[in-house]
Amino acid sequence: MTRATVLILAATLAGCARRSAPAVALAGDAQRGRLAVERYGCGACHVIPGATAANGRVGPMLVRFREQAMIAGHAPNTMENLVRWIRDPQSISPGTAMPNLGIDDATARDIAAYVYTLR
Amino acid sequence: MSVFDPASHESAMITAITWKLIVVSAVIYAIVCMVLIRAAARHRDASATAVDLTPRPVIGVVWFGAIIPVVVLVALFLMTLTAMRRYPASDTASPVTYHVTAHQWWWDVAWIDPVPGRTFHTANEIHVAVGRPARIILTSDDVIHTFWVPQLQGKIDLIPGDTTEVRFTALQPGVYRGQCAEYCGAQHAHMALVVVAEPPAAFADWVATEADAAAEPRDSAALTGRRLVVTGPCAVCHTIRGTAAAGAIGPDLTHVGSRLTLAAGALPNNIGTMEAWITSAQSLKPGVAMPSLRLFSGDELRAVAAYLEGLR
Repeated sequence: MTRATVLILAATLAGCARRSAPAVALAGDAQRGRLAVERYGCGACHVIPGATAANGRVGPMLVRFREQAMIAGHAPNTMENLVRWIRDPQSISPGTAMPNLGIDDATARDIAAYVYTLR
Repeated sequence: MSVFDPASHESAMITAITWKLIVVSAVIYAIVCMVLIRAAARHRDASATAVDLTPRPVIGVVWFGAIIPVVVLVALFLMTLTAMRRYPASDTASPVTYHVTAHQWWWDVAWIDPVPGRTFHTANEIHVAVGRPARIILTSDDVIHTFWVPQLQGKIDLIPGDTTEVRFTALQPGVYRGQCAEYCGAQHAHMALVVVAEPPAAFADWVATEADAAAEPRDSAALTGRRLVVTGPCAVCHTIRGTAAAGAIGPDLTHVGSRLTLAAGALPNNIGTMEAWITSAQSLKPGVAMPSLRLFSGDELRAVAAYLEGLR
């Protein structure tokens, strides 16, 4: 199983046990993530397959992002690193044009969960 | 952005007419369908030679082909004329007045203040006070556009070299989306605006803030951003009151950070979309006057966007 499959499975299982699990906060909700991506306008910079008006050509396309090995060429592509990247890109790649949008941890996890579903 | 959800007297009048027209049309359509089905069913088994071709009395044709349609159409016409005579319902007492100039593809919004020197420009966003009439004087700088905020008023054209006028009174606080409704070129679909209706106190605050000069940068990145904006290509087209940027081609950016959208409703407004718009306008809205500026490093781009987003 790939890491992303594990993550999706974890998200599904966590959804079953919503009451008991701190895992919910760790995994994120891809549906909510998609709404956040559209609200923030991530698609102004990124091609995001399936998201509304997301054909920006400023940053990399997020097609099949879960298969990508490195984030911004600086950090291994893990859930924790992706959340950190979404919340504070400069902490991973100083000088990147990707801004800090003041996204909170829960929302960043939702966005990461969504980004890992992209094909 | 629905015509069936009016938020002003004017829009409510139009919605009432719309419903009456829909009901009358639906009834007539149903009657015509029933007659057709009945005629088809009755002659289903008749062979071609058996069709009765003897002349029928014309009285039915006169009633259903002339008299009833004339009565119905005249009644609808009078109903519309009566509404037009009362439209716009808002009076002219102490209106909120704006001059709106349409450009391909954005809206320049000029606030006309009774006090000279308090007049200001903003773009793609009009604020009004709930319950107070708004009067908007419209013109175009290039081609014909149409100003249409369905929940607040009926469509009105903006014509180069001429002015038109629209009045409405928003009845509830809210953010009402509007859209250019006359095809005006490649980016017609990306020529939206928002009307923000807010309580009188909040509206007065907004006017006072907008009339002020631009905010000072709050940190070193924003300070760098201001230097890049004011000394760089941005200032050729854009004005930021209180700085040396005094271009008159694009929208006034004095308080751009406080607006709800960028690029006339094409993007939400935050530091990320601002960066995208600066570097990539031509891929986001091809043909727009704004160029894709490819001269800033990542740090510089973030600084420019941070400065502009700080202009609230």
